[in-house]
Formats: sequence, structure tokens, C-alpha cells
Amino acid sequence: MSESVLYSVFLLVSLGSIAAIVLYVVSKKFYVYEDPLIAEVEDLLPAANCAGCGSPGCKSFAEKLVATEDISNLFCPVGGNDVMKLVAEVLGKEVAEKDPTLAVVRCQGGCDVRPKTTEYQGPRSCAISAMIYSGETDCQYGCLGDGDCVTVCKFDAMYMDEATGLPVVISDKCTSCGACVEACPRDIIEMRPKNKRDLKVFVGCLNEDKAGIAKKACDVACIGCSKCQDICPKDAVTMINNLAYIDPAICTLCRKCVEVCPTHSIIETNFPPKKVKKETPKVEAKVESENIKTDA
Amino acid sequence: MSTQPIIVSASPHVHSDRTSKKLMYDVIIALSPAFLVSIYVFGLGALIVTSVAIASCVLFEYLIQKYLLKTAVTITDGSALLTGILLAFNLPSNLPIWMVIVGGLVAIGVAKLSFGGLGFNIFNPALVGRVFLLVSFPVQMTMWPTAIENNTNVVDAVTGATSLGVIKEGLQYGDTMTEISSRIPSAIDMLFGFTGGSLGEMSALALLLGGLYLIFRKVISWHIPVMVLMTMAVMTGVFWALDPEHYANPIIHILSGGAILGAFYMATDLVTSPMTKKGMIIFAIGIGIITVVIRLFGAYPEGVSFAILIMNAFVPLINKYFKPRRFGSKIKAKIV
Amino acid sequence: MLKTFPKGGIHPPENKLTSAKSIKKMPVPKMVYVPISQHIGIPSEIIVNVKDKVEIGQVIAKSGGFVSSNVHSPVAGVVTKLDKIIDTSGYKKQCIVIRTDAKNESNFEEIDYPLKKDITMEPKDILQRINDYGIVGLGGATFPSHVKLSVKEGTVLDHLIINGVECEPYLTADHRLMLEKAEEILVGIKILMHALHIDKAIIGIENNKKDAIDIFKKLTVNDSGIKVAALQVKYPQGGEKQLVRAILNREVPKNGLPLDVGVIVHNVGTIFAIYQAIQHNKPLIERVVTVTGKKLENASNYWVKIGTPISDLVNEVGGLPEGTRKIVNGGPMMGKAIKNLDVPVTKGTSGILVISEDEASRGEPKNCIRCGECVEVCPMGLEPHLLMNLSEKGMYEKAGSEDIMTCIECGSCSYVCPSHRPLLDYIRFGKTIVKKLNTVKN
Repeated sequence: MSESVLYSVFLLVSLGSIAAIVLYVVSKKFYVYEDPLIAEVEDLLPAANCAGCGSPGCKSFAEKLVATEDISNLFCPVGGNDVMKLVAEVLGKEVAEKDPTLAVVRCQGGCDVRPKTTEYQGPRSCAISAMIYSGETDCQYGCLGDGDCVTVCKFDAMYMDEATGLPVVISDKCTSCGACVEACPRDIIEMRPKNKRDLKVFVGCLNEDKAGIAKKACDVACIGCSKCQDICPKDAVTMINNLAYIDPAICTLCRKCVEVCPTHSIIETNFPPKKVKKETPKVEAKVESENIKTDA
Repeated sequence: MSTQPIIVSASPHVHSDRTSKKLMYDVIIALSPAFLVSIYVFGLGALIVTSVAIASCVLFEYLIQKYLLKTAVTITDGSALLTGILLAFNLPSNLPIWMVIVGGLVAIGVAKLSFGGLGFNIFNPALVGRVFLLVSFPVQMTMWPTAIENNTNVVDAVTGATSLGVIKEGLQYGDTMTEISSRIPSAIDMLFGFTGGSLGEMSALALLLGGLYLIFRKVISWHIPVMVLMTMAVMTGVFWALDPEHYANPIIHILSGGAILGAFYMATDLVTSPMTKKGMIIFAIGIGIITVVIRLFGAYPEGVSFAILIMNAFVPLINKYFKPRRFGSKIKAKIV
Repeated sequence: MLKTFPKGGIHPPENKLTSAKSIKKMPVPKMVYVPISQHIGIPSEIIVNVKDKVEIGQVIAKSGGFVSSNVHSPVAGVVTKLDKIIDTSGYKKQCIVIRTDAKNESNFEEIDYPLKKDITMEPKDILQRINDYGIVGLGGATFPSHVKLSVKEGTVLDHLIINGVECEPYLTADHRLMLEKAEEILVGIKILMHALHIDKAIIGIENNKKDAIDIFKKLTVNDSGIKVAALQVKYPQGGEKQLVRAILNREVPKNGLPLDVGVIVHNVGTIFAIYQAIQHNKPLIERVVTVTGKKLENASNYWVKIGTPISDLVNEVGGLPEGTRKIVNGGPMMGKAIKNLDVPVTKGTSGILVISEDEASRGEPKNCIRCGECVEVCPMGLEPHLLMNLSEKGMYEKAGSEDIMTCIECGSCSYVCPSHRPLLDYIRFGKTIVKKLNTVKN
């Protein structure tokens, strides 16, 4: 009895020792030196592995940060300036401060304002349907509505609005990693600076067609009438190929362009509805256009 | 112009009229002669076991998909129906009903849906159900009613072993094949189905008929069934030629047990068999060898189900290493 | 046994409804919309302005580079607009819009040139003429012909293969052309043989066009250089690589061209266009188009001016039938569904196929049942089910190493799939990504 106990104790101890020796030798033999800074920097990074910085993951970005001399053009969009500042402290390098940005969807051609003229059959993916043709509607610049941007978003910051068939960005969750911008075959999504209280004014259209064609395809298309350009006090609006673009660097969010736009293709968000007068006609106009549609 | 908008899609714009549903129903049609034979031989028992197996497979698929997985219910594609039939074909006709239901649950719930449903299962669901029952309830699963002339008195049917069982037992007791051969049915009886065994493996002829139909309809290719049977015949033939007193002849091996059922209907299951013809041949040879090894040297008298399940596990590997030859690769020399 | 390629292929219902209809002349359209990018490669450059008067056959857009092609005015008239309209790619592309001059007689002349057999041009001039006269592959790929014919010094070249296979269901344009212009095509073949210094040519025709085989056999009875090969009916035999394999039993290497095995392949339509360019100074401004569909009353074959809106063709055959759900530019296997009827006929339009409700819809995709049918029919020896999964899951590098780039997009896999899986859709998508990755790598 005692013999067998002793025997098993001996066996287990020797097995354990052999394993320990092997492990020790192997770990010594195959030891790879890694700069401890990398681990330190990696800990600071958000560990989202979203690839928004251009590196495939946070670890490789940390390696890049440690290895690169001048890191002023490297930026982690998810962590933002706060994280970059900490990284700079650890590494003793300079980082450039960037304004926080936010993804905005520059198309408002929902199902109700942009009639479908064809039916697409095939895999529901924007990238694939964009290969085949210009989309189910007559607008070849607008949203395809198959939600590739929503699929690639790793932060659940986007969803497809079922009523309009368009993607919506949840501003609070958006980390501006830029995955949706990459995924969109129409380049509808743009990174625009995140203003205070999430105020935004931008042209919600990318249609470069002439006025008649654009308007026929979509009720809220930019028809290139230049009214916004004329009224803008700061010259923030440029017109290229029948399409207005508001430069966020110049725009002061005065919202004068929003009022003059005949097709309501300029979007304003999160402004307090202080002037009731202004809001009312816009709502009415929308209802009107809906009525016309149902009649037709 | 038509009221509906025109469709735009990528080419091709025409499709063949083959659908997975039609394939499933073709297999079911092919199985019907064997089913009729077993009703003739076993009577009501065959009908009850088969309908219970079908009902439980379809019902479990419905319940699991609807309430557990909360996915689209796919019971109309005929695959659960087919699993039910194939499961029943691998069971004795006097198996207690509750065991049949358990078999259905294992086949659909464990072997099929837990892998992701149709097309994702690695193992043939019906065989998993059968093997599960065989391992769990060996007594009930190996007591078969012997063939009865008058198919009404199913309750009184005598239970006994299959020819393979008899051979195995006899050889273990040291009997020679000459002595044993008087105790097993003749090859002709086996061909027509007057023998003991699982519900569907009775009549080799009826199964062959259905198998030919499947090959004719191009649901299956000849590679798997022919290669399985050929491997079995060659291997058992070699042993038989060396020592006819201790090894049964190839005809008995091919006609008895689930060899034909397995070769034509279970091994050829589209989902769990290799993609290429080359792969199919390797797969079939593997099945043949393992079956013969189990039959001749294993503890079980029958090994087709185990052989198929073992080879099922190799299918991903076979698919990886037996790829079709790419056009224009490895050309020997410029032929100009 | 008739010759064919050994691996893969399918045999969809042929539906050659119009094979007995002779080629009619399409009335001259009032307006033509000529896209400047009708070929593979660099788009041509517009060299006319709005309000310019153009003559028939005048160059209106000149070749933008080596892999490009001239575009000629198909009618005499006035340029009214330089506009963007939707073409077969499904996108708005630059077009030259020309209003036909109803008074200009050259538009309406019935030009049935007499057969001209003597070849007087020098090889170098022939190639230059093919380049100048905007000739591209008329089988559907629209690859500029002069590029194909520019053979590097020292290349061993022993066979010219003429593609008269027309393996696409429904289409009969090449078939009719072979029946009606057989002698011209033979002269065209001789022109190319002369230009390329090849002494052997083989015309490959599938056995469902026995009349065409007979005609060519009769005409080439005393000709030792030109042979006719009757081929088993199998899709996609019209693919260059498959055709070379079928006729000469030579396998074009992976990522290679028929040139690598000493062969040049041209479509019969292209040969006829070359004949007209060399012998009658006629640039490529019209082509044969099969307008077909099961529900169409007057489905037929037409000589159509490039740039004619498809609506004109549809009206000519009696308008769109009730219940039309899809209009395809090309054949049903490789053609492109078009978005509306304003799309113009281009150099690559071999047919217009009108498909009704019952055929138009794709089945609901279901799980892959791993039947291996796609592997079986793939003429390139690929595994479509695997490639689809890889490109769906974004594993493009693996897809590349599984030879996704050798896919010829014949659609056989999607055609046979019993689960209606969009195999080719994903493979095509995967190809574009892999191509992008490869160019980045290089």
C-alpha cells in the first residue's frame, strides 16, 4: 500500500520536474525580446482593433508608434486626442492634435422620396450590387440601401432605418474609425468635425446630375441651383458638377443655406427648435410632397 | 409596360430546374420500392416505425428551428423527411416507438441542427441517430423480426439475428462456413428480401433498383456505390479465397446487412460526401475497407454505418487534398 | 465523337428561336447615342463638338491609347449633345448624341457590297486599318482586335481559330451571319492569315448549326488551309480557352493567352467586320443583333447601327410583351441585365433578350448542400462553392491562391446550383478585390 503511494508520488514529482525543465529550456531558447514600451502603449490604446488608424490592430499600431520617430501623422481615431496625449507622454514624442470627427450620411433619398424604378436581385451587399449597376433608383450617386456600412461598423454605431431604407449614425457611439467610409461604394459617408452639442449642417446629397434629372430621380436631390452659395456669408459653399458642398472648416453653422434650399437637401441636426416659424413650413412641405406622391 | 419594375441582376439569367428539394424527393422516390418490400415482409411494424421516424424528424426540426434557434423553418425542403426515412430504414421494425423518437431527436437535433442545419453537418444525420441507438440499446437494436410469410401477425414475429450475425456467432464458436451456410438464407432470398435485418436493408434488388434510378436521374454519381461495393467484394474475396471455411464469400457480404443501402443511399449523401470524383473514390474505398475490417475482425457483425461515419469525418480533408485539376495548370509540354 | 473540351460545361436549353430568320436591316434611328467606351480598355477621346456635322463613318472619338479603339459615327447627322446616359455597365457614361439627317441619302443607302476576293493590302497596312476602323471583338468581350493581332516578333503562331460556336442560348447572330456571309467570312479569314503569316485556320462551329457547317465545308473543299471543326454542343465552348482545347487539344496555361500555345482566336462577327474594313473601307458602325425572347412575336436578327437605343429594337419586334420582367443585353448566360430601354446598342451587343416573369426571378438562395455540382461543371477546374464562401467571408488572399482570377465568369456554377446560390455574384466580387490587392502588391 505505502509502496504504491510512494511510487505515484515519485512518478508525479519526476514528471512535473521534467516538464518544468523542458519549459524552462524552451522559454530561454526561444525568448524573443520585445520592447516593454509596446505593451505599455498597447494598454493605452482602446483595444477595439478597428483598423481605423491604418494598422490592422491595436498591437501593430503600438509597434508602429514605438518604432516611428515622428508620430505626428499617426492617430487613433477611436481613442482621440486624450489617448494620443497619453501615448505621447509614455513615448516622449510629439503628437498632433486633431479635431474629433463624426461620420455623417450624405444622402436622404429614402424610399418615400426616391422611387425605385428597377428591382435588384442578388446578394444584398452594396459592394456587389454597385458592381452590377447604378442601383434600384434613377440616382446613381445615392445610397444603395444594402447596409454594408452597418455591417462593417464594429461599434454598433449605425443601423438601417426601416422606414427610409437609409443608414443612420448614432453620434454618441461613433468613434470615427472610418470603416463605413471605406465600405461605402458610393462614398456617401463623410467624416465631418464633431461640433459642440453635435450640431451639423451639411449637404445631404451627392447627385451630380442636372437639375431636371436629379429632381426626377429624387425629391430631395441637390439640383445645383447655387442659392446656398449665394446666401452663404462666409463662402463656405462650393459648387462642383451641379453639386453643393459645405466646407466644415469655414462653415459657422448659421443655417442660412438650410432655409433657402428649395429641395431641402441641406441637413441641419440637433439645433434647438427656437424659431417655431421656420420649422413649420418645412414640415408642411414634406407632407405636401408625400401627398402628391400618394395621389400619383 | 408591365406594372412591376424590371429586374436587374447579374448573369446568368437562366437557371437549371434542379432544386435541392427535387433532389431530396428523388431520393425518396428511389427508396419507395425498398419500403414496399419491407412492408410486405414485416407488415405493420415497418409502417409504424417509418412513420414515427419521419414524424419525429420533421417535428423536431420544426420545434428546434422555431423555438430554440429561432431561425427560418425549413421542414419543407424534404431533407428532414429523408433523414426520417433513412433512419427508419436502419432500425429493426419492432423497435419500441420511444426509441425511434429518441433516434429522430439525435439525428436532427444533434447531428444536423447543432452543426448549423442542412449543408453544414459533418456526419450523416440518419446514421448518427442509428449508431446512437445501437450503442445505447444494443439488445433491442440487434433483435430483428425474421421474415414472415403471413404479414399480419407482426406481434408474434420471431426475433433473431441477421445472416451476418449468425456468421459471426458461428465463427466465434468455431463452426466452419459450410456448417453455418445452412443456417442463413440463400443469396436469392437475400436478393429479394426474405431475410432478417433492419427495416430497409431487406431487399438488395429493390435497393439496387432505386439506386439505378438515382444514377439515371444524376442525383448521385456511380463512383461511391460502385467503389464501395467493389472494395468490399475484392477484400472479402481475397479472404474467402484464402480460407473459405472461415470467411464468408463476397456475395453474402454484399447482399447482406446494410452494404447496398449504405453504398447507394447513406454514403452518397450529398452533404457528407466529397465534392470531386477523385475524392469520392478515395472516400468509397475507405468505407469499403473499414466495413470489411469491422465485419471480419471487429466486435460488431455489421460495420457499414461506422465505416461511413468514420469516412464522413475525413471528407473535409479529402476535399482539401483532392481538388479538381485547374485548367491550364501543370501542362507537361507545349504541344506546338 | 464530336470534339469538345473535356472538363465541365453545361447544356442549357438552346432556345435558338431565330435561327431561321434572315438578318433584316433595322430602319435608321432618328437619334443615335454612341458611348465612347464600347471596348475593354481606355475610353476613346471625343473629337467632335456640339452642332458639328458628321458624315457616316467619320471618326468621332479617337483611340485613347494602345488598348483602346476609334469610334465612328454610325449615321450622317448633327451632334446635338455630349451627354451622360446609362449604358450596359448600368452607369451613366459619356455618349455622343447624333441626330440623323433625314435628308442625307447616305444614311438610307442599301449597301450590299459585291464580294471582293482579291487581297491587295500589305500585312502592316491591314493591322493599321483594323486599328483605325475601330474593330473590336464582337463576340461580346469587345477587346480591341488590333491588340490581339499585335504579335510580338518571334512568337510561334501556327493556327487561326475562328469562333463560330455561339454557345449562348437564344443568340443566333453569328449563326445567321455565317449562313448569309460565308464567302465574305472566308475572305476575311484569308486576310487575317495573310496579315499574320499563318497558313492554317480552323472554323469551330457547334453541331446545332449543321447548315453553317455544311456551307463552310462545301466552300473550303478545295482549300487546304482552312478547315471546319464540328463541335459537340456544350456551353461555354465559345470561351477562347475551351475552344482551343476542344479544337486543337492544346491547353492554354493558367493566366496565359491562346498566343502562348500558338493560336489566335477571333469571332466570325469580327472576321466579317475586318473583311468590310479591308475590302470595302467600312468602319465598324453596325453589327448583327438578335432580338429575341419567348414571348416576342417577331423575334429576329437585325443589322443595327451602333448607338441605336434598345427601345427602337424592341418597338421593331412589336413592343415589350405583357409581363416582361428583364431585358438582357447579350445572351442569358453572360449578358447584362439593363436598367431601362434607353441603353444604346454598342459594339458588344450580340443580342437583346426579353425575359418574362416566370424566367426572370431568381430562386431564393438556400444553404449549400455540398452536392459538388458546381465543381463538376466548372470548365476551369475551380471550386465555385469554396470561392463564394471565401469572398463572402472576406478571405481574399485565400481566394486568390484558390485561383479565383482564372474564373471566366461563364456562370455554369450559378446555372446548375440546386440551392440557387449566387455563386458567380460573389466570385465576380471576389475577383475585383483580389485584382485590386494584386495591383497593390505589385
